[in-house]
Amino acid sequence: MTVDPHGSESPEIRTEAIETLLVKKGLVQSAAVDALVERYEQDIGPLRGARVVAEAWTDPEFRARLLEDGMPAIRELGFGDNTDSHVARLVVKENTDAVHNLVVCTLCSCYPWAVLGLPPAWYKSPAYRSRAVREPRRLLAELGLDLSPDVEVRVWDSSAEVRYMVLPQRPQGTDELGVEELTALVSRDSMIGVERP
Amino acid sequence: MSLPVRLDEDGAAAPPRENGELAFSAPWESRLFGLTMTLVEAGRLDWEAFRQRLIARIAAWEERADWPPAADAGRDAGAPSAGESWDYWQRWREAFEDSLEAAGLVAVPEIDGLTRQLAARPHGHDHHHDHHHHDHSHEHGRPGD
Repeated sequence: MTVDPHGSESPEIRTEAIETLLVKKGLVQSAAVDALVERYEQDIGPLRGARVVAEAWTDPEFRARLLEDGMPAIRELGFGDNTDSHVARLVVKENTDAVHNLVVCTLCSCYPWAVLGLPPAWYKSPAYRSRAVREPRRLLAELGLDLSPDVEVRVWDSSAEVRYMVLPQRPQGTDELGVEELTALVSRDSMIGVERP
Repeated sequence: MSLPVRLDEDGAAAPPRENGELAFSAPWESRLFGLTMTLVEAGRLDWEAFRQRLIARIAAWEERADWPPAADAGRDAGAPSAGESWDYWQRWREAFEDSLEAAGLVAVPEIDGLTRQLAARPHGHDHHHDHHHHDHSHEHGRPGD
Protein backbone atom coordinates (compact mmCIF):
# COMPACT_ATOMS: atom_id res chain seq x y z
CA MET A 1 0.00 0.00 0.00
CA THR A 2 1.32 3.42 -0.79
CA VAL A 3 -0.86 5.23 1.74
CA ASP A 4 0.64 5.87 5.14
CA PRO A 5 -0.72 3.00 7.20
CA HIS A 6 -0.85 5.23 10.25
CA GLY A 7 -2.43 8.21 8.55
CA SER A 8 -6.06 9.20 8.83
CA GLU A 9 -6.86 7.23 5.69
CA SER A 10 -5.32 4.04 6.97
CA PRO A 11 -7.62 1.08 6.37
CA GLU A 12 -6.91 -0.15 9.91
CA ILE A 13 -8.36 2.97 11.49
CA ARG A 14 -11.17 3.25 8.99
CA THR A 15 -12.21 -0.34 9.61
CA GLU A 16 -12.03 0.29 13.36
CA ALA A 17 -14.30 3.32 12.87
CA ILE A 18 -16.81 1.24 10.91
CA GLU A 19 -16.84 -1.47 13.56
CA THR A 20 -17.21 1.09 16.37
CA LEU A 21 -20.22 2.65 14.63
CA LEU A 22 -21.84 -0.73 13.92
CA VAL A 23 -21.37 -1.83 17.53
CA LYS A 24 -22.69 1.47 18.84
CA LYS A 25 -25.79 1.16 16.68
CA GLY A 26 -26.32 -2.38 17.99
CA LEU A 27 -25.93 -3.90 14.52
CA VAL A 28 -23.01 -6.21 15.36
CA GLN A 29 -21.28 -7.61 18.43
CA SER A 30 -17.50 -7.86 18.25
CA ALA A 31 -17.46 -11.38 19.71
CA ALA A 32 -19.85 -12.58 16.99
CA VAL A 33 -17.51 -11.16 14.36
CA ASP A 34 -14.58 -13.04 15.94
CA ALA A 35 -16.52 -16.29 15.80
CA LEU A 36 -17.59 -15.75 12.22
CA VAL A 37 -14.07 -15.05 10.95
CA GLU A 38 -12.79 -18.14 12.67
CA ARG A 39 -15.53 -20.23 11.15
CA TYR A 40 -14.80 -19.07 7.63
CA GLU A 41 -11.06 -19.42 8.01
CA GLN A 42 -11.51 -23.00 9.15
CA ASP A 43 -14.25 -24.10 6.83
CA ILE A 44 -13.46 -22.60 3.47
CA GLY A 45 -10.17 -24.44 3.12
CA PRO A 46 -11.40 -28.01 3.39
CA LEU A 47 -14.65 -27.33 1.53
CA ARG A 48 -13.48 -29.30 -1.49
CA GLY A 49 -12.63 -32.35 0.56
CA ALA A 50 -15.98 -32.10 2.30
CA ARG A 51 -17.75 -32.04 -1.05
CA VAL A 52 -15.79 -35.11 -2.17
CA VAL A 53 -16.88 -36.94 0.99
CA ALA A 54 -20.52 -35.94 0.53
CA GLU A 55 -20.47 -37.17 -3.07
CA ALA A 56 -18.98 -40.47 -1.94
CA TRP A 57 -21.70 -40.85 0.70
CA THR A 58 -24.47 -40.34 -1.84
CA ASP A 59 -23.05 -41.96 -4.98
CA PRO A 60 -21.74 -45.53 -4.51
CA GLU A 61 -20.15 -45.60 -7.94
CA PHE A 62 -18.24 -42.38 -7.29
CA ARG A 63 -17.20 -43.81 -3.93
CA ALA A 64 -15.79 -46.91 -5.61
CA ARG A 65 -13.81 -44.80 -8.08
CA LEU A 66 -12.59 -42.53 -5.30
CA LEU A 67 -11.31 -45.45 -3.23
CA GLU A 68 -9.64 -46.98 -6.23
CA ASP A 69 -7.74 -43.85 -7.26
CA GLY A 70 -8.37 -40.50 -5.59
CA MET A 71 -6.98 -37.95 -8.04
CA PRO A 72 -9.03 -38.86 -11.14
CA ALA A 73 -12.15 -39.02 -8.98
CA ILE A 74 -11.69 -35.56 -7.48
CA ARG A 75 -10.96 -34.21 -10.95
CA GLU A 76 -14.43 -35.37 -11.96
CA LEU A 77 -15.72 -32.76 -9.53
CA GLY A 78 -13.43 -30.14 -11.07
CA PHE A 79 -10.95 -30.19 -8.17
CA GLY A 80 -7.26 -30.82 -7.98
CA ASP A 81 -6.35 -29.80 -11.50
CA ASN A 82 -3.62 -27.31 -10.84
CA THR A 83 -3.45 -27.15 -7.05
CA ASP A 84 -1.44 -30.24 -6.38
CA SER A 85 -0.52 -31.58 -9.79
CA HIS A 86 2.95 -32.64 -8.68
CA VAL A 87 1.43 -35.17 -6.32
CA ALA A 88 1.23 -38.46 -8.11
CA ARG A 89 -1.41 -40.10 -5.96
CA LEU A 90 -4.18 -39.30 -3.57
CA VAL A 91 -5.18 -42.37 -1.60
CA VAL A 92 -8.54 -42.22 0.17
CA LYS A 93 -8.96 -44.50 3.20
CA GLU A 94 -12.46 -45.40 4.23
CA ASN A 95 -13.49 -45.60 7.88
CA THR A 96 -15.77 -48.50 8.78
CA ASP A 97 -17.24 -49.90 11.97
CA ALA A 98 -14.10 -52.02 12.30
CA VAL A 99 -11.37 -49.66 11.06
CA HIS A 100 -10.48 -46.07 11.88
CA ASN A 101 -7.91 -44.32 9.70
CA LEU A 102 -5.57 -41.54 10.75
CA VAL A 103 -3.34 -39.46 8.46
CA VAL A 104 0.05 -38.10 9.46
CA CYS A 105 3.31 -37.11 7.85
CA THR A 106 6.09 -38.22 10.16
CA LEU A 107 8.88 -36.67 8.14
CA CYS A 108 7.52 -33.20 7.46
CA SER A 109 3.98 -32.06 6.84
CA CYS A 110 2.84 -33.58 3.56
CA TYR A 111 -0.86 -32.99 3.28
CA PRO A 112 -3.57 -33.29 0.63
CA TRP A 113 -3.67 -29.57 -0.17
CA ALA A 114 -5.80 -30.02 -3.25
CA VAL A 115 -8.76 -31.11 -1.17
CA LEU A 116 -8.07 -29.89 2.36
CA GLY A 117 -6.43 -26.49 1.90
CA LEU A 118 -3.58 -25.61 4.25
CA PRO A 119 -2.72 -27.98 7.07
CA PRO A 120 -3.59 -26.88 10.60
CA ALA A 121 -0.61 -25.87 12.75
CA TRP A 122 -0.88 -28.93 15.00
CA TYR A 123 -0.55 -31.26 12.02
CA LYS A 124 3.00 -29.98 11.60
CA SER A 125 3.87 -30.27 15.28
CA PRO A 126 6.53 -32.80 16.34
CA ALA A 127 4.16 -34.13 19.01
CA TYR A 128 1.42 -35.03 16.55
CA ARG A 129 3.84 -36.45 14.02
CA SER A 130 5.49 -38.81 16.48
CA ARG A 131 2.54 -39.73 18.68
CA ALA A 132 0.21 -40.48 15.76
CA VAL A 133 2.43 -43.44 15.01
CA ARG A 134 3.55 -44.40 18.52
CA GLU A 135 0.30 -44.15 20.44
CA PRO A 136 -2.52 -43.18 18.05
CA ARG A 137 -5.31 -44.46 20.26
CA ARG A 138 -4.22 -42.38 23.22
CA LEU A 139 -3.62 -39.35 21.03
CA LEU A 140 -7.12 -39.64 19.56
CA ALA A 141 -8.63 -40.00 23.03
CA GLU A 142 -6.89 -36.79 24.11
CA LEU A 143 -8.35 -35.10 21.05
CA GLY A 144 -11.78 -36.19 22.16
CA LEU A 145 -12.19 -39.26 19.97
CA ASP A 146 -12.65 -42.36 22.11
CA LEU A 147 -12.53 -45.46 19.97
CA SER A 148 -13.85 -48.75 21.17
CA PRO A 149 -11.02 -51.29 21.75
CA ASP A 150 -12.31 -53.52 18.96
CA VAL A 151 -11.84 -50.78 16.36
CA GLU A 152 -8.54 -51.17 14.59
CA VAL A 153 -6.57 -47.92 14.12
CA ARG A 154 -4.59 -47.64 10.91
CA VAL A 155 -2.09 -44.82 10.57
CA TRP A 156 -1.11 -43.62 7.12
CA ASP A 157 2.20 -41.84 6.75
CA SER A 158 2.14 -39.35 3.87
CA SER A 159 5.02 -38.77 1.53
CA ALA A 160 5.90 -36.52 -1.36
CA GLU A 161 4.47 -39.10 -3.75
CA VAL A 162 1.39 -40.26 -1.88
CA ARG A 163 -1.08 -38.16 0.10
CA TYR A 164 -3.84 -39.64 2.18
CA MET A 165 -7.30 -38.47 3.04
CA VAL A 166 -9.85 -40.17 5.28
CA LEU A 167 -13.36 -40.90 4.07
CA PRO A 168 -15.32 -40.66 7.33
CA GLN A 169 -18.44 -42.72 8.03
CA ARG A 170 -21.70 -41.07 7.18
CA PRO A 171 -23.41 -40.04 10.42
CA GLN A 172 -26.61 -41.84 11.45
CA GLY A 173 -29.87 -40.16 10.65
CA THR A 174 -28.65 -38.24 7.60
CA ASP A 175 -30.48 -40.29 4.99
CA GLU A 176 -32.69 -37.37 4.07
CA LEU A 177 -29.85 -34.92 3.47
CA GLY A 178 -28.55 -33.92 0.06
CA VAL A 179 -24.96 -33.31 -1.04
CA GLU A 180 -24.98 -29.63 -0.01
CA GLU A 181 -26.20 -30.34 3.50
CA LEU A 182 -23.90 -33.33 3.92
CA THR A 183 -20.92 -31.23 2.79
CA ALA A 184 -21.56 -28.89 5.70
CA LEU A 185 -21.26 -31.79 8.14
CA VAL A 186 -17.74 -32.81 7.08
CA SER A 187 -14.98 -31.11 9.03
CA ARG A 188 -11.35 -30.83 8.07
CA ASP A 189 -10.36 -32.81 11.16
CA SER A 190 -12.64 -35.70 10.23
CA MET A 191 -10.80 -36.03 6.90
CA ILE A 192 -7.47 -36.19 8.76
CA GLY A 193 -9.01 -38.76 11.08
CA VAL A 194 -8.86 -36.99 14.43
CA GLU A 195 -12.61 -36.41 14.58
CA ARG A 196 -15.84 -37.98 13.41
CA PRO A 197 -18.59 -35.99 11.68
CA MET B 1 -21.73 -25.67 10.15
CA SER B 2 -23.12 -24.21 7.00
CA LEU B 3 -21.78 -21.52 4.75
CA PRO B 4 -24.79 -19.53 3.64
CA VAL B 5 -22.76 -17.50 1.18
CA ARG B 6 -20.79 -18.97 -1.67
CA LEU B 7 -17.72 -16.77 -2.06
CA ASP B 8 -16.46 -16.34 -5.59
CA GLU B 9 -13.57 -18.64 -6.42
CA ASP B 10 -12.72 -17.11 -9.78
CA GLY B 11 -12.85 -13.69 -11.33
CA ALA B 12 -12.14 -10.22 -10.04
CA ALA B 13 -14.47 -10.44 -7.04
CA ALA B 14 -12.86 -13.58 -5.61
CA PRO B 15 -10.98 -13.00 -2.35
CA PRO B 16 -7.28 -13.88 -2.23
CA ARG B 17 -6.66 -17.49 -1.29
CA GLU B 18 -3.72 -19.72 -0.58
CA ASN B 19 -4.33 -23.36 -1.35
CA GLY B 20 -8.02 -22.68 -1.19
CA GLU B 21 -8.02 -20.95 2.19
CA LEU B 22 -8.92 -17.32 2.59
CA ALA B 23 -5.74 -15.29 2.82
CA PHE B 24 -5.70 -12.27 5.10
CA SER B 25 -2.45 -10.35 5.30
CA ALA B 26 -3.49 -7.94 8.07
CA PRO B 27 -5.93 -8.09 10.99
CA TRP B 28 -8.13 -5.30 9.55
CA GLU B 29 -8.81 -7.39 6.46
CA SER B 30 -10.27 -10.30 8.40
CA ARG B 31 -12.13 -7.77 10.59
CA LEU B 32 -13.68 -6.17 7.55
CA PHE B 33 -14.61 -9.56 6.15
CA GLY B 34 -16.14 -10.55 9.49
CA LEU B 35 -18.20 -7.38 9.79
CA THR B 36 -19.54 -7.79 6.27
CA MET B 37 -20.46 -11.44 6.69
CA THR B 38 -22.01 -10.85 10.10
CA LEU B 39 -24.40 -8.33 8.57
CA VAL B 40 -25.07 -10.59 5.57
CA GLU B 41 -25.84 -13.57 7.82
CA ALA B 42 -28.09 -11.38 9.96
CA GLY B 43 -30.01 -10.38 6.84
CA ARG B 44 -29.04 -6.71 7.18
CA LEU B 45 -27.09 -6.68 3.92
CA ASP B 46 -27.84 -8.53 0.71
CA TRP B 47 -24.89 -10.64 -0.42
CA GLU B 48 -25.57 -10.36 -4.15
CA ALA B 49 -25.98 -6.58 -3.96
CA PHE B 50 -22.71 -6.33 -2.03
CA ARG B 51 -20.99 -8.57 -4.56
CA GLN B 52 -22.15 -6.37 -7.44
CA ARG B 53 -20.81 -3.29 -5.62
CA LEU B 54 -17.51 -5.06 -5.06
CA ILE B 55 -17.26 -5.91 -8.75
CA ALA B 56 -18.08 -2.27 -9.60
CA ARG B 57 -15.45 -0.93 -7.16
CA ILE B 58 -12.82 -3.26 -8.58
CA ALA B 59 -13.70 -2.24 -12.12
CA ALA B 60 -13.57 1.47 -11.15
CA TRP B 61 -10.14 1.02 -9.59
CA GLU B 62 -8.88 -0.79 -12.66
CA GLU B 63 -10.09 2.04 -14.84
CA ARG B 64 -8.55 4.65 -12.55
CA ALA B 65 -5.28 2.80 -12.40
CA ASP B 66 -5.34 1.75 -16.05
CA TRP B 67 -5.04 -1.79 -14.84
CA PRO B 68 -4.08 -4.27 -16.07
CA PRO B 69 -1.53 -2.19 -17.99
CA ALA B 70 -1.70 -2.39 -21.75
CA ALA B 71 1.09 -4.49 -23.18
CA ASP B 72 2.37 -1.64 -25.33
CA ALA B 73 2.03 1.08 -22.69
CA GLY B 74 5.76 1.29 -22.15
CA ARG B 75 5.47 1.01 -18.38
CA ASP B 76 6.83 -1.65 -16.13
CA ALA B 77 4.37 -4.51 -16.25
CA GLY B 78 2.24 -4.52 -13.17
CA ALA B 79 2.70 -0.86 -12.29
CA PRO B 80 -0.62 0.95 -12.33
CA SER B 81 -0.42 4.57 -13.42
CA ALA B 82 -2.35 5.92 -10.44
CA GLY B 83 0.59 5.12 -8.20
CA GLU B 84 -1.59 3.00 -5.99
CA SER B 85 -0.90 -0.67 -5.57
CA TRP B 86 -3.60 -3.27 -5.97
CA ASP B 87 -5.39 -4.06 -2.75
CA TYR B 88 -8.40 -6.35 -2.88
CA TRP B 89 -9.53 -5.60 0.67
CA GLN B 90 -9.50 -1.82 0.10
CA ARG B 91 -12.01 -2.41 -2.72
CA TRP B 92 -14.00 -4.64 -0.37
CA ARG B 93 -14.01 -1.80 2.18
CA GLU B 94 -15.32 0.68 -0.41
CA ALA B 95 -18.06 -1.74 -1.44
CA PHE B 96 -18.92 -2.35 2.21
CA GLU B 97 -19.24 1.40 2.87
CA ASP B 98 -21.40 1.74 -0.26
CA SER B 99 -23.61 -1.08 1.00
CA LEU B 100 -23.88 0.30 4.54
CA GLU B 101 -24.93 3.67 3.19
CA ALA B 102 -27.40 2.18 0.69
CA ALA B 103 -28.98 0.09 3.45
CA GLY B 104 -29.24 3.15 5.66
CA LEU B 105 -27.12 1.53 8.37
CA VAL B 106 -24.11 3.87 8.49
CA ALA B 107 -23.49 7.03 6.48
CA VAL B 108 -20.07 7.59 4.95
CA PRO B 109 -19.68 11.05 6.59
CA GLU B 110 -20.09 9.31 9.97
CA ILE B 111 -17.24 6.98 9.09
CA ASP B 112 -15.13 9.93 7.88
CA GLY B 113 -15.73 11.78 11.12
CA LEU B 114 -14.93 8.91 13.46
CA THR B 115 -11.87 7.92 11.40
CA ARG B 116 -10.46 11.44 11.82
CA GLN B 117 -11.23 11.31 15.52
CA LEU B 118 -9.56 7.94 16.00
CA ALA B 119 -6.56 8.97 13.93
CA ALA B 120 -6.09 12.00 16.18
CA ARG B 121 -5.62 9.87 19.29
CA PRO B 122 -2.42 10.38 21.26
CA HIS B 123 0.66 9.09 19.53
CA GLY B 124 1.11 5.39 19.90
CA HIS B 125 -2.53 4.49 20.23
CA ASP B 126 -3.07 3.86 16.57
CA HIS B 127 -0.03 1.63 16.42
CA HIS B 128 -1.78 -1.11 18.28
CA HIS B 129 -2.18 -3.23 15.21
CA ASP B 130 -3.10 -6.25 17.21
CA HIS B 131 -6.02 -4.47 18.75
CA HIS B 132 -8.56 -6.60 16.98
CA HIS B 133 -6.38 -9.53 16.25
CA HIS B 134 -7.27 -12.75 17.95
CA ASP B 135 -5.22 -15.85 17.69
CA HIS B 136 -7.60 -18.46 16.53
CA SER B 137 -8.31 -20.95 19.17
CA HIS B 138 -9.06 -23.89 16.93
CA GLU B 139 -5.51 -25.09 17.34
CA HIS B 140 -5.59 -25.00 21.09
CA GLY B 141 -5.70 -28.27 22.89
CA ARG B 142 -3.91 -29.97 20.07
CA PRO B 143 -0.65 -31.80 20.74
CA GLY B 144 2.41 -29.68 20.39
CA ASP B 145 0.80 -26.42 21.32
